[in-house]
Amino acid sequence: MLLLGEIKGLIYKEIILEWRQKYAFNGLMLYIVGAIMIAYLSFSLHQNQLNPITWNALFWIILLFSAVNTIAKSFMQERANRLLYYYILASPQAIIIAKIIYNILLMLFISFVGIGGYSLVLGNPVQDLPMFVGNLLLGALGFSSTLTMVSGIAAKANNNVTLMAVLSFPILIPMLLLLIRVSKNALDGLDRTTSFNELFTLGAMNLIVIVISLLLFPLLWRS
Amino acid sequence: MLKKISWWKYLTMLLLLYTLLAGLLVDVPNMKTGNLYQTARALYFHVPMWFGMSILLLISVVNAIRHLRTFNKVYDYYAEASAQVAMWFGVLGLVTGAIWAKFTWGAAWHGDPKQNAAAIAMLVYLAYFVLRSALEDPEKASRISAIYNVFAFAVYIPLIYILPRLTDSIHPGNGGNPGFNSYDLDGNMRKIFYPAVIGWTLLGWWFSTLLVRLKKIKAKQENIQYTKTIEVASKPQIQDTL
Repeated sequence: MLLLGEIKGLIYKEIILEWRQKYAFNGLMLYIVGAIMIAYLSFSLHQNQLNPITWNALFWIILLFSAVNTIAKSFMQERANRLLYYYILASPQAIIIAKIIYNILLMLFISFVGIGGYSLVLGNPVQDLPMFVGNLLLGALGFSSTLTMVSGIAAKANNNVTLMAVLSFPILIPMLLLLIRVSKNALDGLDRTTSFNELFTLGAMNLIVIVISLLLFPLLWRS
Repeated sequence: MLKKISWWKYLTMLLLLYTLLAGLLVDVPNMKTGNLYQTARALYFHVPMWFGMSILLLISVVNAIRHLRTFNKVYDYYAEASAQVAMWFGVLGLVTGAIWAKFTWGAAWHGDPKQNAAAIAMLVYLAYFVLRSALEDPEKASRISAIYNVFAFAVYIPLIYILPRLTDSIHPGNGGNPGFNSYDLDGNMRKIFYPAVIGWTLLGWWFSTLLVRLKKIKAKQENIQYTKTIEVASKPQIQDTL
């Protein structure tokens, strides 16, 4: 399996690169911890006083901004010459799949650090934790697959950071709304069957985004 | 002298004239007894906007895909023009919806899921135009915005057609609220509604073709300008000192 080999190699490369220049990764961790501290201090709360709706919305907004900031750089780090080098070495499908998988790993890490820190300072009113974590996984998957493609598009426009935000926010809103709804259900400990519709739609949306990225990325890559 | 125009343009004018006259004059059900009074007439003006917008966006995405396959500039003109007209349909849909909501729900912006979804859809497509203008190289701009167009359409469909149906909504035809079908006992509304949808959509297509013609002329003009500047630049310059 040539494609699998390429994907493995590319993911390995991404991880090594990230490890070598730790400032990006550390910066990211600081970003999310800083955002959580700002949220905590600006509400000037003691533990467990935020009502669940606010708790939930705030958490997802922090996660959304961290995700956009993290994944925005997935094509920006690369210099033009290096991109040309990949172009010779690997197929575009392998590159986009590797980027998506790597971003999913990164997002998962961010999500767990995020929920850990967030619960620590703002309390954790979640009643159905497995459901909440499952939803978090779906969210990480959806955010990273959507944003990877968008960052590829934004990278073509001279790595414009504003453009990245403008393009990705409206596209992420439907996904974000579903995620917020499911996690609200999990917060309230509602019966799991109530969220099935939303979970199914989320899964379908993730699938659509990934398939479209696979189809479109080769075209984007070639230009 | 009037230039000869195609038959479907006459059809558009006829259908829209019929929509305007019949839509404003023919009785609507519940007119005197219900609390909706004349607001049901929004069906002939508000609902076709969304049909028109969806159809124009479909045309836009199809042309974007054709552009990606052939790199023919004309398909890109069609993709951009129909997206532009679709945006205007969206604006009109939001405005007519807000007028209707003011009388029926009591507030112009009620935060109904359908209203919100429509606003988000507009943002998605406005980002498309921002992306277009951010790319300087025209070849690159048409190509990358075509890619984004396909992506945006894939978000637009679940946003408009799936998400509002998952939520409680007070919009007619959603969340257990009856659409017009249940009031339209004698089928009078249907006789106006379907022609209205076709008429407005054709009007949108007409606008798009006009925009495409404008874009073609502009491109030609730029080409002429470009060749002129090249000619001037390549001519041997006469020195001032002579």
